[in-house]
Amino acid sequence: MAVVETGAAPPSTVQIRPHQASRSERWQRRLPLLPALIYTVIVTQVPFLVTLWYSFQSYFWNTPAPAHFTGVSNYKTVFTNPEFRSALVRSVLMTVTAVILAMLLGVAFAVLLDRKFLGQGVVRTLIITPFLVMPAAAAPIWAGPMLDPNFGLLNYLLQPFGVHHVAWLSTHALGSVIVVMVWQWTPFMTLIVLAGLQSQPPEILEAAKVDGAGALATFRELTMPHLRPYIELGILLGSIYLVNVFDAVRLMTNGGPGTATTNLPFYLFTQVNNAFDIGGAAATGVVTVILTIIVATFALRMFARVFQFEEASR
Amino acid sequence: MTALATRPTRPGAQRIRQMSGQVGWGLLAWVLAIAFFLPVLWMVITAFKPESAAETWPPKFAFSPTLAEFRLVFSGWGPYATHSAVATIGSTILVLLLGVPAAYALSVHPVGHWRDGLFFFISTKMLPIVAAIGPLYVIALKAHLLDSIWLLIILYTAMNLPLAIWMIRSFMLEVPSELLEAARLDGAGRIREMTGVILPVISPGLVSTALICVIFAWNELFLALNLTVTNAATMPMFLISSVPQEGLYIAHLSAAATVASVPVILVGWIAQRSLVRGLAMGAIK
Repeated sequence: MAVVETGAAPPSTVQIRPHQASRSERWQRRLPLLPALIYTVIVTQVPFLVTLWYSFQSYFWNTPAPAHFTGVSNYKTVFTNPEFRSALVRSVLMTVTAVILAMLLGVAFAVLLDRKFLGQGVVRTLIITPFLVMPAAAAPIWAGPMLDPNFGLLNYLLQPFGVHHVAWLSTHALGSVIVVMVWQWTPFMTLIVLAGLQSQPPEILEAAKVDGAGALATFRELTMPHLRPYIELGILLGSIYLVNVFDAVRLMTNGGPGTATTNLPFYLFTQVNNAFDIGGAAATGVVTVILTIIVATFALRMFARVFQFEEASR
Repeated sequence: MTALATRPTRPGAQRIRQMSGQVGWGLLAWVLAIAFFLPVLWMVITAFKPESAAETWPPKFAFSPTLAEFRLVFSGWGPYATHSAVATIGSTILVLLLGVPAAYALSVHPVGHWRDGLFFFISTKMLPIVAAIGPLYVIALKAHLLDSIWLLIILYTAMNLPLAIWMIRSFMLEVPSELLEAARLDGAGRIREMTGVILPVISPGLVSTALICVIFAWNELFLALNLTVTNAATMPMFLISSVPQEGLYIAHLSAAATVASVPVILVGWIAQRSLVRGLAMGAIK
């Protein structure tokens, strides 16, 4: 594994007795970390504390009345509101589907790109491009020139297969949004998996070949275990970004038709922007954060495994 | 081993089979890549159409290209592009300034609980920023930062910092320990160790990291949409504002989308190896 050769660990001389390091040594180590740590705490944690505060207040933008304490009534609304629950379920569904599909496609593309063929570089360039396209540009381009029922390219290309002027964004709204999410994130997965494939020591694959192992068996027995941490990492990073997808929903379907594509980010957006309900949005946000923390705890455990892998291979 | 013995094949035939297999896989890769690229291609093609040719059935592939829509786009994009460039470059510089020392403290001379530190940074990426958007608005309003480019710089920095620290740390772990040892024997302090040994070695990695930060900052919409109006409105906002409520607009939209996307696409294409390496090394360490 590539990590083996490159594992230039922190020099052992400074690591032998970290507990006996002197006070000044400890502070010398901490000092470079502090700016980033303080910055991150202030910018990312303070807004969440304020969110917690507002979640117990009745606070509407559009009324001159000042915010006032209302206890847990915002939370009662959150838990009795079917819109929140369905947005939550939809968020999970969209994220999980998109991440899995993007990863499957990513593995396929990576395996293809790992071979030598004519124009390999160009093909890789074409495949990574969707990741570079601005999501706020990709969404309306998909909604208009690609998927429009009257002049969209997709309907034209699918015509030979008996598809006629399908209004994708009305009849298959959720699927369409997911397709765009997958399209944008497949390149990311491809790159991570490709990195994994290329870090595989060629001697081992060569040896398997000499031993007469078939391509499929080699892939299953050698390549997949090697790829595992890369795949886990792609899934983790992909989920972090995809669960917050907003642009595609806002610009393709505006959460509709009805609420068919309203995920949590979009739901929160409408609560602030259309209902002017800062308190309600804050309570929704707090519940979202708590749920995220539960999920993240599991995810971090996965991270811990990735780190163990790193250390084991040193 | 037995398989080899029982399957005597003429080497020539095998080579031909192998080669045709290679061509087949290559062809498949090309077809998939083109299918994947098609929406981008179609966007660029549509951008060169006159409005009347953009919304036809069947879609027009032959038309006389015009720059009219691009001219229209370039007449209005100035302030948006400037805001985007300032927010992107400003936040990326700030990320590197904060991230390099932090990554150093988590790798070369690690603090006692470096793992907890790293987890803390990563975990902030898991808190959905959308959850705090209302309060963020109120805070920005009270701090007189609403609709200011500084606000975007501050938030984009926080948005990209965790991933950046993680990536930079992985590059620092790649620095050969002999180099650090040699520098130490020469009596180099921490500052000289950083500027003389580590920074030169990890500079390609810093480029990859900066590139990823640029992509995410340039493309960010949610915060810009909620927290800016005109004084700091960025390129994604320009795109939204360029879609009129009625009339034909598809060619115009495509031109605007092309103009908004091209800078990052070009940067990504040129620095492709860097991007691949960034995700690769950042991936597993």
